[in-house]
Amino acid sequence: MKIASRFLTRPDAVRTVMVSLDGEPVAARAGDSVAAALLAHSGDASRQSGKGAPRTAFCMMGICFDCLVEVDGQPNCQGCMITVRDGMVLRRQRGLRKLDGSANA
Amino acid sequence: MPDADLIIVGAGPAGMAAAATAAAGGGRVLLLDEQPRAGGQIYRNVGAGGDARPWLGKDYAAGRPLVAALQAPGITAEFGATVWRIEAGPRVVWSRDGESHVCAARHVLLAGGAQERPVPFPGWTLPGVMPAGAPQILMKTSGLLPRDAVLAGSGPLLYLIAAQMIDAGAAPQALVETQGPAMMLRATRHLPRALMAAGTLAKGLGLIRKIKAAGVARHTGAAGFRAEVAGDGDIAFSFTAGGRAHRLVTPLLLTHQGVVPSTHVSRAAGAAHEWNEAQQAFQPKRDAWGATDVPGIHVAGDGAGIGGAEAAQAAGRLAACDILHRLGRLDEASRDRKAAPDRAALRRAMAIRPFLDAAYAPLPEFLAPEGDTIVCRCEEITAADIRASVDEGANGPRQVKTATRAGMGPCQGRMCDLTVRGILAACGTRPATPRARTPIKPVKLGELAALASHQET
Ligand SMILES: Cc1cc2nc3c(=O)[nH]c(=O)nc-3n(C[C@H](O)[C@H](O)[C@H](O)COP(=O)(O)OP(=O)(O)OC[C@H]3O[C@@H](n4cnc5c(N)ncnc54)[C@H](O)[C@@H]3O)c2cc1C
Ligand code: FES
Repeated sequence: MKIASRFLTRPDAVRTVMVSLDGEPVAARAGDSVAAALLAHSGDASRQSGKGAPRTAFCMMGICFDCLVEVDGQPNCQGCMITVRDGMVLRRQRGLRKLDGSANA
Repeated sequence: MPDADLIIVGAGPAGMAAAATAAAGGGRVLLLDEQPRAGGQIYRNVGAGGDARPWLGKDYAAGRPLVAALQAPGITAEFGATVWRIEAGPRVVWSRDGESHVCAARHVLLAGGAQERPVPFPGWTLPGVMPAGAPQILMKTSGLLPRDAVLAGSGPLLYLIAAQMIDAGAAPQALVETQGPAMMLRATRHLPRALMAAGTLAKGLGLIRKIKAAGVARHTGAAGFRAEVAGDGDIAFSFTAGGRAHRLVTPLLLTHQGVVPSTHVSRAAGAAHEWNEAQQAFQPKRDAWGATDVPGIHVAGDGAGIGGAEAAQAAGRLAACDILHRLGRLDEASRDRKAAPDRAALRRAMAIRPFLDAAYAPLPEFLAPEGDTIVCRCEEITAADIRASVDEGANGPRQVKTATRAGMGPCQGRMCDLTVRGILAACGTRPATPRARTPIKPVKLGELAALASHQET
């Protein structure tokens, strides 16, 4: 399933920062959090839970941990607490990750 | 020598007001907040280009002087600084960019604010379902506005968010309210007292007028929430209201049942907590100045019990006055004199709470859900799982956690503690306050190791 962003982008919000998401280039607004950039990009899941259920960022304030994403090789980063940077490499996580980044068997 | 006279955790209205008062009284203040800027929830990002977003309203812009006052000499503010441990001393351990720091102070003020109450129902984990405060955070910090959303739930904040969306040109397609006539009737006995806060009442009525004028469809007395995926990835939201079943299709279902104190930091610090029946939430026990039973630790603001931004500021200043007194910078009579206007402001601001708590009380179906509704989002534990563990003899949060893993995920119970408590209470037990352990936010092992070796040297 593909759904466009569930949000409207304000006309004055220009996207000048380039990140990559699973290898695909994605434009983001400078100053936005990683979670906001992903929500602006698509309405689809940004993560799969341990049981394989689709999830996206939820609380946007650092408490729910549904926004977990791999940032520049670091798994389990809270996307809502990190500001996008030009050239950032983001990967969607599938399932739970151990602290060393490998998928939990 | 300690790093500061006072370390304040949280730069919302409570923490900012306390910092300014303590510094003006000669105290050296270290203010820590995990967000990139000061403001807290209500004034999130207000210091940064606030004028470009007039739809956030006058009350939002009112946070600017509080942020500006942090420039005072005597205040050091650190942002992006997540506090994950409070030690005896007191000492505060915080992390930024993967590196932890330990700071000692004579006093610590916990002003970590509130979080939205979790609203569990079938489908609340689906992409496209969020708490209503989340898009409001996006409206304050990003270039995004909710698209054709449905707002569902109750509470003053829900009206405010609806009004901000209308003013921003992103009106919700519907407002589905859970409060019904019976709740309003129960609340009316608190109205005489609420008139002390007539200004707040008038503001609320103004918000409701704006929502009506914008022609937003409204349902009241709604219950039986369920969200499913519609064919195109939208959310199909069904509920009952007015004796009829309804179904709305929306890209974004935004729910709200009020806010509750964020108590992980105060619980992990060892402070005694109590259950607030009217607000259906745990809160730290504190005296009239915000002092807890742990030496050196005060609490203020919504993290100590929900009162809103004006009450938070007043409570922050009261705590700062008491801390200045304990530092020997203010004698008792001067403390009491200096605190009098804030004590009066706090009483005024709190006068409306019994009315709001009763009128917009959370529905039982969200406090103690049943069946396959997920309660613990991290570990994907359902209400039926929790209830089964109670049937098998679990009678407190700790046993439920051990039996089901609910609360063992990365959010450490922030999204399920209250629901587990609600289910335990609905099953006839008198549940204790759940424990919170350090680190209260996940810290990587390497960071802990680096801190340990640093402390040994
Ligand atoms: C999502 C949300 C949106 C809200 N929006 C509004 C609104 O628009 N208008 C309104 O009147 N009320 C709003 N409220 C209600 C709000 O609780 C109060 O208005 C007010 O912000 C409370 O002030 P405070 O100083 O007690 O806490 P807050 O304003 O919440 O400030 C607490 C601060 O502490 C920081 N913090 C918490 N834990 C840690 C930690 N471990 N380490 C470091 N920093 C930490 C947070 O980042 C935050 O900045 C909102 C509440 C929520 C949860
Ligand atoms: S969206 Fe909840 S922690 Fe990031």
